[in-house]
Amino acid sequence: MQHLIEMSGIKKSFAGVVALQNANLHIAPGEVHAIIGQNGAGKSTLIKILTGVYRRDAGEVTINGTPSTVSTPREAQDAGIATIYQELSLVPLRSVTENVMMGYEPRTRFGTIDWKAAHKRTREILERFGIDIDVKAQLGSYSTAIQQLVAIARAVSLNAQLVIMDEATSSLDDQEIEILFSVVRELKKEGVAVLYISHFLDELYQICDRVTIMRDGQTVGQRVISETTKLGLISEMLGRDPEEIEAAGMTGLGGGEKAEPGSSLFEAENISTARGLKDVSLTLRKGEIVGLGGLLGSGRTETARALFGLDGLKSGKIDAHGSSGQIGTPAEAIAAGVGFLTEDRKREGIVPHMSVRENMTLALLPKLKTMGMVDRKRETELVERFIKSLGIKTSGMEQPIRELSGGNQQKVLLARWLALEPEVLILDEPTRGVDVGAKFEIQSIIREYVDKGLGVLLISSEFEELVEGADRIVVLRDGFSITELENPGVTEEALIAAIAHHHEEAAA
Amino acid sequence: MTMDNNTVQNAPKSSGPKFDWSVVSRHGGVFALIAILLFNVLITPNFLHPQTLFVNISQVATIAIVAVGMTLVIATGGIDLSVGAIMALSGALAPLIFTSPFAEANPELGLALSIIVPIIVALACGVFNGALVSLLNVQPIVATLIFFISGRGIALVLTNGNLQTFTNPAFSYLGTGKILGFPFQGYLVVIIAICVWWVMSYTVFGRQLLAVGGNERAAELSGVPVKRVKIGAYVICAGLSGLAGLIVVAINSASDAARIGNLMELDAIAAAVVGGTLLQGGKAPIFGAILGAVIIQLVKYTLLANGVADEVALIAKAGIIVLAVYVQQARKE
Amino acid sequence: MLDTTAFDLRRYIQGNNHSLGVWITLIALIVFGVMRYDNFGGSYNISSFLNYNAMFIVIAVGMCFVIMTGGIDLSVGSVAAFTSVVAAYLSPYGIQVALPGAVAAGLAIGGLNAFFVVAMRIPPFIATLATMLGAKGGALVISGAQTISIDWTSNFTKLGLEKAFGILPWTIVITAIVVVGLWVLLEKTSLGRTVLAIGGGEDASVMMGLNVTRAKVLVYVLSGGCAGMAGLFLASGFGAGQPLEGVGWELSAIASVVVGGTLLTGGMGSISATVAGALLLGLVFNILNFENGRGVISLSAYWQMVIRGAFLFAVIVFQSRVASTAKKGTI
Repeated sequence: MQHLIEMSGIKKSFAGVVALQNANLHIAPGEVHAIIGQNGAGKSTLIKILTGVYRRDAGEVTINGTPSTVSTPREAQDAGIATIYQELSLVPLRSVTENVMMGYEPRTRFGTIDWKAAHKRTREILERFGIDIDVKAQLGSYSTAIQQLVAIARAVSLNAQLVIMDEATSSLDDQEIEILFSVVRELKKEGVAVLYISHFLDELYQICDRVTIMRDGQTVGQRVISETTKLGLISEMLGRDPEEIEAAGMTGLGGGEKAEPGSSLFEAENISTARGLKDVSLTLRKGEIVGLGGLLGSGRTETARALFGLDGLKSGKIDAHGSSGQIGTPAEAIAAGVGFLTEDRKREGIVPHMSVRENMTLALLPKLKTMGMVDRKRETELVERFIKSLGIKTSGMEQPIRELSGGNQQKVLLARWLALEPEVLILDEPTRGVDVGAKFEIQSIIREYVDKGLGVLLISSEFEELVEGADRIVVLRDGFSITELENPGVTEEALIAAIAHHHEEAAA
Repeated sequence: MTMDNNTVQNAPKSSGPKFDWSVVSRHGGVFALIAILLFNVLITPNFLHPQTLFVNISQVATIAIVAVGMTLVIATGGIDLSVGAIMALSGALAPLIFTSPFAEANPELGLALSIIVPIIVALACGVFNGALVSLLNVQPIVATLIFFISGRGIALVLTNGNLQTFTNPAFSYLGTGKILGFPFQGYLVVIIAICVWWVMSYTVFGRQLLAVGGNERAAELSGVPVKRVKIGAYVICAGLSGLAGLIVVAINSASDAARIGNLMELDAIAAAVVGGTLLQGGKAPIFGAILGAVIIQLVKYTLLANGVADEVALIAKAGIIVLAVYVQQARKE
Repeated sequence: MLDTTAFDLRRYIQGNNHSLGVWITLIALIVFGVMRYDNFGGSYNISSFLNYNAMFIVIAVGMCFVIMTGGIDLSVGSVAAFTSVVAAYLSPYGIQVALPGAVAAGLAIGGLNAFFVVAMRIPPFIATLATMLGAKGGALVISGAQTISIDWTSNFTKLGLEKAFGILPWTIVITAIVVVGLWVLLEKTSLGRTVLAIGGGEDASVMMGLNVTRAKVLVYVLSGGCAGMAGLFLASGFGAGQPLEGVGWELSAIASVVVGGTLLTGGMGSISATVAGALLLGLVFNILNFENGRGVISLSAYWQMVIRGAFLFAVIVFQSRVASTAKKGTI
């Protein structure tokens, strides 16, 4: 059978850094194909070459057997390749209709846009996915999930032969993922191929036919998914033996002996904010990890923002052990001994132009201040110590942080907070987007500090991380804290049940 | 740019076999300076005369002072179009104060006030600009556009559009005084540059300013008082502009609100950019800005000394700005 | 749970309340003027008001397109000054030469802006600041820094003086045609929607396969062309090419656009509201003139600069309050 897409021997480097050295990808018509690999394995680069965002340095690409001449996203679309990127590639300020129809609007006799027809077609397309919304409203006024589905609707409406979904489910909740999957199955039935990129291996087993495995810019394997095990995929992805992985355990957070919980550090009582928190209460004690469980949009990040003084409280109160007054700004939170490692490393974490040293001590500056000046000696000592103790791989503390790998950047940011010797550290997805090795190390570091008395509030989309790591898990739903699970004894099933149970209750 | 504290490079840069743009762009200013100097030595009559040096120093001073302030604002990721208007405002105020009856009666106090008050007014303009940008989240171009127009308007209203001429040797020392044969304002530039460089390199404020320009959200989440830091940058810039306005007036012994600091924002931005300041923020090469100012001044002088019309010089300046930014962009890619 | 919000009136008003304000204020000011001054509603005042403000309206709608992409064009004032000189030089050959000539000169400078911004990737305000200088220099060079009188014997004078079909001056008719044409371009064509999409998210627009380059080139060329047209009106209105005019026009244009509720960050905008914004700004000065005429207050021309700035300030404060209710929050 002829392949829909054949990419072979693809090479690409950026400013001398090799991103792809021998990548292959073969997609059959109407199949659901997955690409997996660690961060930096070259998945995104490969796709962007296929969709004309990047130009390949070497290699062959054929579409339906003929060599591809695609060199812009537009040409890719016209060749039947539609892409839904990880970061939404839509325009939130414009209407739903515009986002679906942009560039392909129906015309009137005079060559102008026929808005009536455009709205109608948009409504029809969305109905296929069971979405009934006001298509004239701004896209940005809808939830992320809706926006994601609108992006898919756009792709489908372009009569694509191949729909590429890059981490399409990362911001969806279970129910939305189900809808997405049914859309994928629908597409498959219609003979449309789907290229699916995801970090969640479980998902692949639900919908994918075949999987391409990438490592270090190379394609290292192509498997029929029903014939492989999860462990097999992971070992191929990491290039390690399956036994080795099994022995290491899944995360580095667990394992610490259960110490008696210390004194209370932090109490939030019935807090609510304008950003969607309705009524959340939680307590954090010395030397424990409290997890925040719940689906996306349940109020996890919002809770973190409120505790860190980013969103003002509408009601309720926060009692931070270290602070005398109310926490209204990040600076006040920091002064009260609270740190916040945000989930978006690039946008909210690193200052790219600055060195490792300057990035690490950014929050510490007020404490390094003598007569308005930075105490360079103390700064250097401290940075040296943290580079060593956290195992940060850098050519030196003056290296610009942007040149470090994701995992090492994350360690620098972790050090930024640890250097403050905080009493409470809020970690929002601390291991997202870092490779497996660094992930384990980061988790171990956190555990080490917790054993020394740090209180950690952990937000993670990986239930595994929560269940193994947290001493207690506060379950959130729709801005309410609804229940609390206590370790030992929490299982993933129990957590899921707690979330799901309350969802059913809500629906009832 | 050798003293630029922010480009301490230990890590080896990856460089392809192709022509390395970074060498040209990193030291582009120095190359340009050498080229202009060579050109002038060969072509311009009397270029090596000491008088030429003094003229250029006294004229470059105002550009350099404003460019230092502009560099700080650009380092926060902003821009300040109001510098010229603020110069006009402070330049219009000074003679109004020392020619007032009160100042005639108390010459010393009058002199002090005629320097202090305009600078305080300038600082207040800076607070206004900074507040608009940081508290109301107005884009810097638009926020500073307000004073760009109305600041000069206020200066004209205050002076009724009249040219104010005066004889006040004490005040004129700002623009015509000499120490060891070199113009007073030359020393002023050096002192200001060293002070601001020191602030950027060694103080918490300097570090925080660069962090705000480099990644505002990250800075805010790290407890950096972003709003205060930004306002600080605009205030310093405005204060330096106010000082530059006084120098212009002192040089001419006359104040024409319509002309003081006219198009200065362009000179200052050009100087900062030529000096290596990234328009996206996060870098503040102070001595680079001085170098940039010198280049801008020399280009002006070269054209003038060789009989090129003022209007054509405008076009040349436009060309320099475009070229400098273009080289900077090319380096980024 | 899927969000299945149906049509929501509140959201509709919220989506359009940016421009609602400008219309209400405009009508209120007109009512105020008509009631307070005798000749305010007279045909002479209306016609001369529109005639004078035509150039600002044209510049503002051009600017609106640039701002909708998230860019800015600071060169419009200088470009108008330049093309007013061009128009004056071409006036002996009649309007049929002067009009296309002036507009073409504007388009060319706009093309230069587009080249700087799109091909050389220079930030818009720097690029247009440079052309602002360049155009100013150019205007001074070709005019010898003198105002250039138009040829009063040619049909060029008809532009400002003669009424089309005996009703409205040609200037106003041409302005109306330009405004309607640009409105159709924005609201009814794919290109117009691309302009808005770019401001809403340039990367996303590229990913959607839109021709971003073409649209960005279009807006700068268009803005240059509009400024060229304004220069033509300037020459006809003052009877001479004015190389020194145009200072601060970019500010007025930006103010008009912002008053009309267009987001400075791009992605949202309206031609009609921009026209309303330009009219509102003109009306403020018109009313001040009438007030001067009553002898109550007396404001020199210098005050106009101050008032212009104050007006922009007021608008910005207003818009920042509106924007803070819309999401697009910082942090």
